[in-house]
Amino acid sequence: MFKLPELPYAYDALEPYIDKETMELHHNKHHQAYVNNLNAALEKHPEFQGMKLDELLLDLSKLPEDIRTAVRNNGGGHKNHSMFWQIMAKSGGGKPDGKLLQEIVSVWGSFEEFKKEFSIAAKKVFGSGWAWLSLDKSGKPVILSTANQDNPISIGQEPIFGLDVWEHAYYLKYQNKRVDYIDAWWHVVNWSYIQELFDKKF
Amino acid sequence: MKRSYFWLAIGSVACLASLAAVALVLNFDVADNRSVPVGKKFVLPELPYAYDALEPYIDKETMKIHHSKHHQAYVGNLNAVLKDHPELSGLSLEYLLTHLEQVPQDIRTVVADNAGGHYNHSFFWQILGPAKFSRLGGSIKQEINKAFGSFEKFKQEFGLTAKKVFGSGWAWLCFDPANKKLVITSTKDQDSPISIGLVPVLGLDVWEHAYYLKYQNRRIDYINSWWHVINWERVQVNYDNAIKAR
Repeated sequence: MFKLPELPYAYDALEPYIDKETMELHHNKHHQAYVNNLNAALEKHPEFQGMKLDELLLDLSKLPEDIRTAVRNNGGGHKNHSMFWQIMAKSGGGKPDGKLLQEIVSVWGSFEEFKKEFSIAAKKVFGSGWAWLSLDKSGKPVILSTANQDNPISIGQEPIFGLDVWEHAYYLKYQNKRVDYIDAWWHVVNWSYIQELFDKKF
Repeated sequence: MKRSYFWLAIGSVACLASLAAVALVLNFDVADNRSVPVGKKFVLPELPYAYDALEPYIDKETMKIHHSKHHQAYVGNLNAVLKDHPELSGLSLEYLLTHLEQVPQDIRTVVADNAGGHYNHSFFWQILGPAKFSRLGGSIKQEINKAFGSFEKFKQEFGLTAKKVFGSGWAWLCFDPANKKLVITSTKDQDSPISIGLVPVLGLDVWEHAYYLKYQNRRIDYINSWWHVINWERVQVNYDNAIKAR
């Protein structure tokens, strides 16, 4: 049975960039619903119940047809949001250093250029989705976006971090002004966590 | 004046007035014609009611942002992308959405997304109206009963379809001209049913921006409220137009 992870901080910790009410709804209602729906889907096929989340999402074609979409959507939602809470912090912002910065600079020339490109990708997502920094199949850092709750591992990539641009992630505070939300979000990006994970994994 | 001529005159005026009203109601810049004047830009249509007219079911702030920001953006983006393509100038919204293969590949997605957004929202404002005038009747009520067994069953099925949309999209009641029947369907993002040969009769926006300020994650509460502010007279007009042979 999958479980809703606890936030590593209080609901108001990311104020004023991300408001308390949004954090509470986003975690307690939206993410909780993905967890509930994922568990409900897997009850129909107990042979899949022991599997890890990444195993389920790595090859969606291996899932039984009657639960494939539900697992893709809700498993994806659970994985994406579990990552999202971790890559943010009150003490976030600034920029990375070390190996991660080197990788970013090698592809985009500078952190500022990467920030600009990532923000454009996040802005351009039409409908619901996420913007990602991930490693493609050849290990090269790329910016990509996915629709709905799709995760880059389902297309053979390795996500490093992502930004939720579903309207529920920002509408109470920013309404239609997604660009303002994206600009604010950079202030809470937890680079030390992202770097630690990057150094360990890659 | 002779009494009979008097009533004839009154009757004629009444007929002309109702024809004019229907023409006015149909004219929301989504032309049934194939073309619009060359060089004409698409325009945000005015709402047929004030921003607070759908309270308490749909809140004033949502109506204002939804119309003047979201819908306006679709119109603006559509005009911007078509600006450098004079070969597409003079084509109506409906023509673009039913002939997307004629739109150059490099702008096709942007055109589909924003033309769809403009079409869908123009349609949406028209089928909404103040609760005090929302009254189901006419042949549309009978057709719905016939197609779905009862109005309650229709409401249930439509509500379920709207609830199940994952991510952004719309729920629709459409007339399917190929099979000559009413069908419930959903589209993702700003995809329009006309692009797949269906004629929309009633539609519900379930993008989160349509309900988040008042209902947050509670989409079901939004759907239940929406039933109170449907302009069934407009829905009847949509249906009557749909069943005429094209």
